[in-house]
Amino acid sequence: MLFDFVKIGAQGDGGTLFLPKQASTLAANQDALFYFIYYLCLFFFVLIVGLMIVFVVKGRHKGDGSPVKTSAVKGNHTLEVVWSVIPGILMVVIFGWGFKDWVKTVVTPANAIDVRVTGLKWAWSFDYVASGVNSNRLVVPQGQPVRLTMSSKDVIHSFYVPAFRVKRDVLPGRYTVMWFEATELGEFSVLCTEYCGTSHSGMLSTVKVVPQEEYEQWLADGGDLGGAGVPPAELGAKLYEAKGCNACHSLDGSAKIGPSFKGLYERNGEFVDGKSYVADDTYIRQSILEPQAHIVKGYQPVMPSYQGQLNDKQIAAIIDYIKTLK
Amino acid sequence: MASQAGTNYLNAKKGIGSWLYTVDHKRIGVMYLVAVLTFFLLAGVFALMVRMELLTAAKDIVDADTYNKLFTLHGAIMVFLVIIPSIPASLGNFLLPLMLGAKDVAFPKLNLWSFYIYCFGAAFLIYSIVSGSFDTGWTFYTPYSTTTSTSVISATAGAFILGFSSILTGMNFITTIHKMRAPGQTWTKLPLFVWAQYATSVIQVLATPVLAITLCLLMIERVLGIGIFDPAMGGDPVLFQHFFWFYSHPAVYIMILPGFGIISEIITINSRKHIFGYKAVALSSVAIAIIGFLVWGHHMFTSGQSEFINVVFSFLTYAVGLPTAIKVFSWVATMYGGSIRLTAPMWYALSFLFLFTIGGLTGMFLGALSVDVHLHDTYFVVAHFHYVMMGGTIIAFIGGLHHWWPKITGKLYSEFWAKVGCFFTFVGFNITFLSQFVLGSKGMPRRYYTYLPEYRDLHVVSTVGSWVLALGLFITLFCFLHSLFKGKTSPKNPWGGLSLEWETETPPIEHNFEGQPIVTSGPYDFPEIDHAHARGH
Amino acid sequence: MSQKPQSHADSNAGHSGHHGPKYLAHHFFDMAQQNASGKLGMWLFMAQEVLFFSGLFLCYAAGRYFYPETFLAAHELLDWKLGAVNTVVLLFSSLTMALAVRAAQTNNRKAIVTNLLLTILCACIFMVIKYFEYSHKFHLGLLPGKYFSADVASLGLSSVPADFAPGVFFGVYFIMTGAHGIHVLVGIGLMIWLLMRAQRGDFNSENHVALENYGLYWHLVDLIWIYLFPLLYLVR
Repeated sequence: MLFDFVKIGAQGDGGTLFLPKQASTLAANQDALFYFIYYLCLFFFVLIVGLMIVFVVKGRHKGDGSPVKTSAVKGNHTLEVVWSVIPGILMVVIFGWGFKDWVKTVVTPANAIDVRVTGLKWAWSFDYVASGVNSNRLVVPQGQPVRLTMSSKDVIHSFYVPAFRVKRDVLPGRYTVMWFEATELGEFSVLCTEYCGTSHSGMLSTVKVVPQEEYEQWLADGGDLGGAGVPPAELGAKLYEAKGCNACHSLDGSAKIGPSFKGLYERNGEFVDGKSYVADDTYIRQSILEPQAHIVKGYQPVMPSYQGQLNDKQIAAIIDYIKTLK
Repeated sequence: MASQAGTNYLNAKKGIGSWLYTVDHKRIGVMYLVAVLTFFLLAGVFALMVRMELLTAAKDIVDADTYNKLFTLHGAIMVFLVIIPSIPASLGNFLLPLMLGAKDVAFPKLNLWSFYIYCFGAAFLIYSIVSGSFDTGWTFYTPYSTTTSTSVISATAGAFILGFSSILTGMNFITTIHKMRAPGQTWTKLPLFVWAQYATSVIQVLATPVLAITLCLLMIERVLGIGIFDPAMGGDPVLFQHFFWFYSHPAVYIMILPGFGIISEIITINSRKHIFGYKAVALSSVAIAIIGFLVWGHHMFTSGQSEFINVVFSFLTYAVGLPTAIKVFSWVATMYGGSIRLTAPMWYALSFLFLFTIGGLTGMFLGALSVDVHLHDTYFVVAHFHYVMMGGTIIAFIGGLHHWWPKITGKLYSEFWAKVGCFFTFVGFNITFLSQFVLGSKGMPRRYYTYLPEYRDLHVVSTVGSWVLALGLFITLFCFLHSLFKGKTSPKNPWGGLSLEWETETPPIEHNFEGQPIVTSGPYDFPEIDHAHARGH
Repeated sequence: MSQKPQSHADSNAGHSGHHGPKYLAHHFFDMAQQNASGKLGMWLFMAQEVLFFSGLFLCYAAGRYFYPETFLAAHELLDWKLGAVNTVVLLFSSLTMALAVRAAQTNNRKAIVTNLLLTILCACIFMVIKYFEYSHKFHLGLLPGKYFSADVASLGLSSVPADFAPGVFFGVYFIMTGAHGIHVLVGIGLMIWLLMRAQRGDFNSENHVALENYGLYWHLVDLIWIYLFPLLYLVR
């Protein structure tokens, strides 16, 4: 077990024992403070527990009946002042250091790329402000600051990239802002860190850091979900994963939170109000944009609206994809 | 002399009614103890199920919704039904009047009321569990808690009612400490456990009503939709967090301060020494109680609250750390030059020092603004507060239970098995939660049902640790049960304590003391202290 | 050993056969200790009450901060005249309550009963007026939150702001006056109990802490209304 423990410390992620790889400009400073506090804590921990053990071993009652004498010390003002003032100073140092780096995390550089982030149960969606590209993963150029303006469709989420050491809550009804500048190429995990219900732990995405030219090409292609040169059904399959449809709708006929997509197209069914329906193109389109309009019998009205999340091309692609699921 | 030999509070009156209608603080304390330990067992089982599910990265024993309910129930039961009432309502109730030389708390009937209010609140929480349970996390954050379909109302109503139990206990204790002290028992001759209870009670009285109104507003928001917290109606979900943490951060000190009191008692008695820096230890409890009201915002550094206020809260967080550090240093210094008896309670006190030091020091990471951004809502936080709440409060509680067990039951327990239990608890606890520090700083978020494969190894370590921890706690439980039925009769004062609870019979007589005790010297002036060679101070 | 139990024939020592002063509970030394404990306990309870209501006032502040214009417009829907009458009624009841305590200190049992009755009467008048206010609002559909169902145009408001959210205002109104009203109802119940005790002759110059403590509670209930009235009825 210990072997595994060490292996984690040195594992291929490029991190240290405690911290993941540093992949943003903010990471190095934060990690320096982390390890400063770490060694300080280690020192005080060894001091306190060490003295405790020494006093216990030295003063241990033998129980041999010899008369016991203990020290009459009740306190020592000098010592008490020393152990109040020194930790006090160290704490002020830590506070100041943390404050200094915190200011950097809240002040966005002027030349940042603007991306709007939408959190919803249970997926992330990214809109590139300048180009209008929408994506379910973040693709950013190396060495350029990115500003995320974030909002939620439903409950509170929190946007977290461990490798960048950035995190900020994503709230419904207001905007929060966060920025980072990636220094390393590669793919890094995006996690949701504010508990948001059933698939909280499935609310994952990635940040892909690419060279500037590749980033520009990606934008020009309309991103992953732009559908440039991809057959609609294939794009629909991508969207099924990317937009979190898979959290509630299965492909194997089993009922999850919502009805399965298998054999859905042109299926006959019944709503909770007793009316019957045929799952044609119009029905699917309405189910995506106005999910609360009709509820299929046996299910709860829990689906969020994808109005503004999917464009017409993407909705058509999803319908085409569902058609393939016989 | 009114009472006959062999008559004590346990056998003076017989029958179930003599317990249910009792106003005797000792019997009420024992009833609380039984209730708290029962819920501890229940919450522990939930915790084991959570750890079991996390053994592998994918789904194992329960589905996602059940998992969410399990960790919510573990948290809510531990906070509201176990840790908050654990020390004050059980040991505190039992010991406070005894330590003050009083016949009872100031308001004995109110004391019984607060026990029944506790039961009533607990019934609501239990009802919530059987009627579909709730999945909000114990923090009830809006708008999740106002929109989830689970039974949030009965859970919040339960926590609301439990709050009043806590408030009444606090009022009772403050009044008792102010007005019921024995003649000669000045504020500087109080046992430190009493000081800790005093500081705790102040927080209970001043912070808990805010929790009550917060939960009230949450219920009203959910039922009527008035638009204070729910952004869909123009409210502010962060406002709820302010309301919630205004209580729930001071509540952390409601949980830990009584533990500090117990440790002060155990260390002095088992070192046969005066506490080092009585005033510093006593007043630091009060300082923590006061500053503890001003740091709630450090739970919200990443919430989107004002950046300026974050800076203030970060600074104040370190200000509340300092008195805590002073206490730890004082306990260690108390052992210097002492005659250390390694009794089972002392094993727990030493475990406490080890674990609480880790818990306290790791708070330094979380108080630093920039580092907290990375660590917030990860397993680092989970490990940190378990080291404080479990490694601190629960370990102190179990240690205190060992220390006063002879006083409460009149029976001795097996020192050997008590120490075996302590050993496994200590080792299991460290395996379980040290690994979680690393998980968290590596970026593993809390409240995750499934996780990325790179976190697997440490999760396995943590789950195995939870089994060792459970083993230790079960050994302790059986050690107590064995003592209850087969234990030897305890002498009157098995540890040689000087505070007033050891002056009376063991177990105490129904009205605590034959005659009024009078205090002439402090609770830590042990006869072993070598005054002839006193230096300095 | 430093602390010694004192086993002399202390008058409070034996419990089973102990007969101290008539009103002394078994666990206190004397009436002074008992009275001081009672008063301290009550002040702590007052502190708890203040913090409970402070949460509600904060809720009011938040609502008014989010919707300043709504609060200004919607307050016209409350009848300030009825509110003012209630304020006077409660202020008067505080006076009679104080007089009841005074009567106990001067051993005037008849005056205690009369003044308590007057206080109960005032409290009942307050609740009756509150009942009419509430039922009128229910009738119009001026209900909290999502249940607000009144037709805003027909209410005759002098101005209706663009983001008019009357559900928030009436949510705050009903929570705050409701919490206060529950306190008044509890107060009436306690006063009936005190009245029975007063008729039995329980209160006199030696034993009036219960009455005095209740007086504190009643003054606090009054005081909270003094804040509620301008905050809700007289928004400017």
